[in-house]
Amino acid sequence: MTETVVDFPKNFKKALGDGQLRHNLRAAMDTLGMRRRTLFSDLDVFEKLRERGDAIRQRALRQLPELLERLEQKCTENGMQVHWAETPAEANAICLEIIQKHNATRVIKGKSMVSEEMHLNHFLDERGIEALETDLGEYIIQLDHETPSHIIVPAIHKNRDQIAQLFHDKIPNTPYTEVVEELNAIARQVLREKFFAGEVGVSGVNFAVAETGTLCLVENEGNGRMCTTAPPVHIAIMGIEKVLERLEDVPPLLRLLTGSATGQLITTYFNMISSPRKPGEKDGPKEVHLVLLDNGRSKIWADPELRHTLKCIRCGTCLNHCPVYTRLGGHAYGYVYPGPIGSILTPQIEGLKNAGAMATASTFCGACEEVCPVKIPITDILRRLRTESYDQDETPNSVKDHGHKLNATESLTWKGWAFSNATPWFNALNAKLLGLAGPLLPKLPAVGIVKKWSQSRALPTFAAKSLHVLAKEKGIRDE
Amino acid sequence: MSEARANILNRLRHSARPQPTITEPEAAPAPPLSQADKVAQLKQRMEAMHAEVIITNSGDWTTALKAVLRQRSLNGLLYAPHSPIGVMLSEGWDSDLPPLVAYEQSVEDCKERLFTIDAGITSTQGGLADVGALILWPTPDEPRLMSLAPAVHIAVLEASKIHDSLASAMRTERWAERMPTNALLISGPSKTADIELVLTFGVHGPKELIVLVLND
Ligand code: SF4
Repeated sequence: MTETVVDFPKNFKKALGDGQLRHNLRAAMDTLGMRRRTLFSDLDVFEKLRERGDAIRQRALRQLPELLERLEQKCTENGMQVHWAETPAEANAICLEIIQKHNATRVIKGKSMVSEEMHLNHFLDERGIEALETDLGEYIIQLDHETPSHIIVPAIHKNRDQIAQLFHDKIPNTPYTEVVEELNAIARQVLREKFFAGEVGVSGVNFAVAETGTLCLVENEGNGRMCTTAPPVHIAIMGIEKVLERLEDVPPLLRLLTGSATGQLITTYFNMISSPRKPGEKDGPKEVHLVLLDNGRSKIWADPELRHTLKCIRCGTCLNHCPVYTRLGGHAYGYVYPGPIGSILTPQIEGLKNAGAMATASTFCGACEEVCPVKIPITDILRRLRTESYDQDETPNSVKDHGHKLNATESLTWKGWAFSNATPWFNALNAKLLGLAGPLLPKLPAVGIVKKWSQSRALPTFAAKSLHVLAKEKGIRDE
Repeated sequence: MSEARANILNRLRHSARPQPTITEPEAAPAPPLSQADKVAQLKQRMEAMHAEVIITNSGDWTTALKAVLRQRSLNGLLYAPHSPIGVMLSEGWDSDLPPLVAYEQSVEDCKERLFTIDAGITSTQGGLADVGALILWPTPDEPRLMSLAPAVHIAVLEASKIHDSLASAMRTERWAERMPTNALLISGPSKTADIELVLTFGVHGPKELIVLVLND
């Protein structure tokens, strides 16, 4: 899916026309937003907390190469094995090698967005290895061969009837039930056997602490603990940006993460793993592998403005508050990371040609950055990405496919616009003509740039008086 | 793939530019809580997350435990025979109670038992008052699966070991110098809200969490 250009207009139309989807989403997003507001009801306290979160993440990123080396050193001292991957393909190969070394065919997985980024399940599946998602939401969508539509609640686009039918169809001897508790019990029963039999556990990482070589995992269900405790081998996968300098950096970020994601003071489990099973210990994996994936992050990191993207702690609250996401859901975006964070991260990883359109899926209302727990300037980065598609001057930090939209017609059009606006007499003439003719013209000629632009927008009627004229009438200086 | 390592680090080093340091706001100072306040807060918060919190004391806790066990029909209680609480339990176990089952072998030799026994009992490293959570540092005596595989997890918590917050627990106990293989915070029975955000308890981890707080 990630290799092709996504047809956004088509996806959007489909999503907007899906009444069931819009209903499922709306209710859920409002609830998540409300829970978050209840938890962070004192705005001053919240603001101070997120200033700390922002500062902690910036401090970590500022020392990224050193902290990655320290993390590697500490983890290795603790008995873990650390692997580095530049691309998803390399990371997949590393996982495969570990799995094959143990002759394993049954992999149990905790929720990990990075593994989605790698399409690890598909990769393993093609090689005869079952990679089973064990987070309830992930399990549901895997049964239906779907991808997550939300980074925290991956199956939120489905309602209980749809899940009831899915379980009935796909899990042998399962009666149809719409009772959520019963659906839950069915999944528990199926997955318990899998936890028991799993040979390798795969998980993501929420924070990795360089100071102590500790991998932190946040969860409610206990499947993450199962995957990282029951099988003899644990593979943890993380993007290189997830590292923190000190253990004491964890508590404020943990609060920001659980509060922003689900409005919880704390999740059921906070799981801190610092080593494989030590001599004398009776359980826990005998091997712990940490896979560090770059996949374009080091390039993002090089640019001081774009670097802010990497502060993200994947809380998903920008999705819940986005007027575009809450109407479309995640699948319409066509990539692993949807919503505001997806719209700034994905074009930087995948390039503007394939994913640049994601940066246009925004109203610029700024709700995302108002709630972002680490203060990522999402709208500035969106604007930057939009500009980069059309911009001429490429620098070493420019995003992949910089200026790909630049073509003769458009640069001519914009040159004309610039000339018109900088030349008062020409602009006055134009505005007058359009203003007079506007009401008479049913449509602008739908060609070239106007055609593209008007495909997804209602055409404006030209006002009788131009902004320049109105400004002048109000006595506002206007040049 | 050490080539990947060199390439990634080179890229990061090569493009490094001095970044302004930003001042980090201090954590808002919180007035220290009394032990009674901490117990009350932990109880309230954990109960809100569907844990059962029973306040008892070091003389009576086994009685409280037995009452809990008698209310349920359980096929056994997984325990650590060499831990301080394990020793106390094996000294005075009544025949009408679910049998004590020791976790003495490595998981490879007793996995089936771990996944089929109904309940497990562990001690705790402490608690957190501000969020309502237990701290567990599993040990060779009390391994990690004890608090995860059985459907009922019973935890014994000394009230004097409840900290105000995670930050203060880390600081006062110097965690950074001595992180164990696995450290856990547990705030209730396992739960999910993945179907229509409907909160349901007892997914993959324990369905019930019972905390015995020793208040002396
Ligand atoms: S960008 Fe901010 S709000 Fe969005 S997922 Fe990341 S941390 Fe959360």
